[in-house]
Amino acid sequence: MVRLQEEVRRLEAETLALLAKTDTLDGIRDLKVKVLGKKGTLTALLRQMGSLPPQERPLMGQIVNEARNKLEQAWNERERLLEERILQERLEGERVDVTLPGFRFPEGHLHPLSQIIEEIEDIFLGMGFEIAEGPEIETDYYNFEALNLPKEHPARDMQDSFYISEEILLRSQTSPVQIRTMERQHPRLPVKIIAPGKVYRKDDDATHSPMFHQVEGLFVDRGIRMSDLKGVLLNFSRQMFGADREIRLRPSFFPFTEPSAEVDVSCMLCGGAGCRVCKGTGWLEILGSGMVHPKVLAMGGYDPREVTGFAFGMGAERVAMLKYGIEDMRLMFDNDLRFLRQF
Amino acid sequence: MKVSLEWLRELVEVRQDAADLADTLTNGGIEVGSVDDLNAGLAQVVIGVIQQLDRHPNSEKLWLCLVNTGEKSFSVVTGAGNLRKGDKVPLALPGAELPNGVSIQASKLRGVLSEGMLCSAEELLLETTVGAKRSAGGILILAPEAPVGEKLAAYLGLDHHVLDLELYPNRPDCLAMVNVAREVSSLTGEKTHLPKWADTTQLPRLPFSEDIRVVIDEPDLCRRYAGLLVDDVKIAPSPDWMRRRLSAAGVRPINNIVDITNYVMLELGQPLHAFDWETIEGAVHVRRAQAGEKLVTLDKAERSLDPDMLLIADDRKALGLAGVMGGLESEVTAKTRKILVESAHFAPVSIRRTGRRLGLRSEAANRFEKGVNPYGCLAALGRVSELLVRLGAGQPLALVDEVGRLPGPRQVIFTARRTAEVLGFAVSERDLRLVLDRLGFPFKLEGDEFRVEIPSYRMDLEIEEDIIEEAARLLGYGRISATQPRGGQTEGRRTEQQEFRRRLRHVLVGAGMDEVTTYSFVRAEADAAWGSAEDAVALLNPLREEQGVMRTSLIPGLLEVANRNVSRHNLDVSVFEIGNVYLADQPDRPLRRLPRESLRVAGLAAGKSKRHWLTSPYVHDFFYLKGIVEKMARELRLSFVFRPARDEPLLHPGRSADIYLGETKVGVLGEIHPAVAKEWAPERGVVFELEVDPLFRQAGMRLKARSVPRYPGVQRDLAVVVPREVPAVKVRERILELGGELLQEAEIFDVYTGQPIPEDHRSLAFSLHYLSPERTLTDEEVNALNVRIIEGIQQDFDAEWRKE
Repeated sequence: MVRLQEEVRRLEAETLALLAKTDTLDGIRDLKVKVLGKKGTLTALLRQMGSLPPQERPLMGQIVNEARNKLEQAWNERERLLEERILQERLEGERVDVTLPGFRFPEGHLHPLSQIIEEIEDIFLGMGFEIAEGPEIETDYYNFEALNLPKEHPARDMQDSFYISEEILLRSQTSPVQIRTMERQHPRLPVKIIAPGKVYRKDDDATHSPMFHQVEGLFVDRGIRMSDLKGVLLNFSRQMFGADREIRLRPSFFPFTEPSAEVDVSCMLCGGAGCRVCKGTGWLEILGSGMVHPKVLAMGGYDPREVTGFAFGMGAERVAMLKYGIEDMRLMFDNDLRFLRQF
Repeated sequence: MKVSLEWLRELVEVRQDAADLADTLTNGGIEVGSVDDLNAGLAQVVIGVIQQLDRHPNSEKLWLCLVNTGEKSFSVVTGAGNLRKGDKVPLALPGAELPNGVSIQASKLRGVLSEGMLCSAEELLLETTVGAKRSAGGILILAPEAPVGEKLAAYLGLDHHVLDLELYPNRPDCLAMVNVAREVSSLTGEKTHLPKWADTTQLPRLPFSEDIRVVIDEPDLCRRYAGLLVDDVKIAPSPDWMRRRLSAAGVRPINNIVDITNYVMLELGQPLHAFDWETIEGAVHVRRAQAGEKLVTLDKAERSLDPDMLLIADDRKALGLAGVMGGLESEVTAKTRKILVESAHFAPVSIRRTGRRLGLRSEAANRFEKGVNPYGCLAALGRVSELLVRLGAGQPLALVDEVGRLPGPRQVIFTARRTAEVLGFAVSERDLRLVLDRLGFPFKLEGDEFRVEIPSYRMDLEIEEDIIEEAARLLGYGRISATQPRGGQTEGRRTEQQEFRRRLRHVLVGAGMDEVTTYSFVRAEADAAWGSAEDAVALLNPLREEQGVMRTSLIPGLLEVANRNVSRHNLDVSVFEIGNVYLADQPDRPLRRLPRESLRVAGLAAGKSKRHWLTSPYVHDFFYLKGIVEKMARELRLSFVFRPARDEPLLHPGRSADIYLGETKVGVLGEIHPAVAKEWAPERGVVFELEVDPLFRQAGMRLKARSVPRYPGVQRDLAVVVPREVPAVKVRERILELGGELLQEAEIFDVYTGQPIPEDHRSLAFSLHYLSPERTLTDEEVNALNVRIIEGIQQDFDAEWRKE
């Protein structure tokens, strides 16, 4: 019995030493089978118990079981340790440089004018305006005459237009859409539209382009006042240029409005204190406007004694230049990708 | 209109400085473009007193003075010999930029430092009458009481500010100093002191001549022709004050007669012209020119005339272009002794036509084009005769006045109620009385109606709204507050078509393309190549040749964008534009009706995608751009059919496709033909162009959702080897047919050529997806279908099954 006992002790010590040296999961599994398996060395020792006198057997059984438990525990410990180590190694091996750039989805860019026009549209849609359209190539009638600009009217000199024939030209303003919309909608009220689109004039320098974009506005109904014009444009200016903007109206002249007003917005760069952009005045001219001239209402089919209306027109390029700080209008039609990809 | 403040002050009380007055005018609707200070050159010129006067140590012709300016003394060298100790003189300090353009620096003259310069009247562009008699030919010597140390300009009370008015076309009246003065008075409430000649009813006290006959042949083009006959003309330079005012207004002084006519034009707005009376033979005629008639105008150019031009002529010859420019032959010269001063009213139409046709601009024509007060002719002659006498330039003898059709008086009726309704703020009758008084318009109040007599010089006021604007202007636009329109809510939304266009734009941006905006007018040849020459609409007056026609295709514009970018080393391009093309749609030229405008979307790609460490770049080739077109179709729920392009000579014949919606061709896609590509910078480029509106009509805007399948589908890969010329789409269509309703999708995931596939064949690998809505499919079922497909394809396309 003493010999058997010593053998168990020796086996236990040997196995523990071996286990500590084994550092693969397969290795320790093999070792487990070799010692604790059905044909394992410890199991074999247990079988030899039969040769002991019966009174020694329980003690011996206890010794072997203790060894077995101890080994199993050590084995479990070792397995856990190895698994942990393997996981650590894997994590270490899978480390990436998180500062490298991620997958590149190509991004496109809306033209700044599209963005501005969409923004203007959304603001006026929010105020219940609809979007109207009209042809870019227009008749003299819609572009001028119906807008209270008869032939030989000196105000025609305000704009130099591109002509296709004596009676057909590239529209020099979006205002013809006023007449077309009133004609189409008559006699329904209100007429409440904005009309964005391309217009053409014979100018070409840093602040003028032979083609540019205007957004026209028209609101005709019973009892429309000039103060309503100011209210709508103030709302627009604040949404477009910032909640703390103010606007002011200044007398002006357009053949198709009476009274007419130039609209200035307080400078968004200096807040009205005066800077280079607003030339020290604190104000920036953004659009022309006024009460629709009675002759224009009549041309559109409405009775100027029953309805009044206001109209306005702004240059989308001008708005974009102010909003994005673009100094030369020609950049917008030059289409250099380095410029466009900023937007 | 350039307004000299010095002149203006004579006509109206001005309590503001130039900048404030400019603000008042601008805020009142008379926009001041700029304010020039003609005194800027005098900014560094101060009054000094000569304390000491010695000969220059190194020169016999120079003097060395010690000049005191109160705080400091300056040592100054001068060449003038008219100085005495104690004289008060103008001293230009170092840094001064004199009115004559000379800049002053401290510098050594013959070895002695001069700390400034003493100035003559000429150097300061001052009138010779400013200083003492001894000033002539030397330094300007000021009165003994001139305050030492003060700025010269301030002492002389010079206000040489000039306001440049940018007048709107409705205010031609402000092309006259007296009307600018009236405007200032209306806006500031200050009194005018207009002399009697500003009153249009004031007639000169002269007899009407009986021996001058004026014949107006064209009463529609000439409403009035008045003339003043002047004898004993003595041609001389006009006085400094007049020359200075003319110069400030931008009119070059010439001689007393011409200057007087220009001066009165600037003052009263009535263009005038002086003829040498001796050159006039017989009566004065106002008639149309005869075809082919010639006239040498004052600028010495011979002009060919036509019957659209109005002439002043005598019995034998043309004397001048009415209202535009006089003739050289009847010009006033140094020898002239007797003149006829014309003061007439010509219709804008004729003046504009004449000016346009001959390319002639003049101050007179400018005024007639914009509108001249038809009642001002005689008053202007009254003012002319007064000035002639005052300047000793001639002796007014007699008048002639031929009156044609003058417009009648204008009365406008308006009310406070309507004014308040239009403007949106409370307006009282008292307010309106104040406004009308300030304007100086006579009125009567009957009930609540103001009946206003519009003076003849305010040609812009015709209707109630015009007076409402006057009221708003004078009461101040600042009184208009911001209100919300009354009345019901309206719904603002894009139409489906507008929404479709917006989405299209965003889909393309989402695919990584950059949006561009190009001009609608392009070079005719480029447009003809890509678009439709017979539909092209040409501009009559393009800015430049390369913008000569309205585009019938978007592609030339995109090519230009690509070219420009590639030349600037932006080599990788993927751009699109959404915009109209303009199609005449009619054989007639000039057009009889408006052309058709059709919205298109076009794209261009060249180069490749950005390099990236994770993926290899993809080339911007045919399949890249096709992918974008397909993405567009998927997102807008359209199904395009691509067929090999026919009749696209500018595209690569093997790499171009027509794009169909059903049986309608809606566009084209393809690589640019290498022969064409040679002309531009990117080596290879791909383009597409599509009509937008057919897409909108076809787009499935309404979505009908399907539920998720209840049974799992089965995925099988299948590769077939078919002859190369068989289009992949045909194979796919046949597979879908053979697969029946259980085959949901067949997608090509690989295309292979090369070993071991026979040379004229290729392998197409499809991923097939089988699904039944009713049950789980068995392997046997799917295998059977696969076999059916393989056999069918083999039979139809002589294909072999590629066994893996």
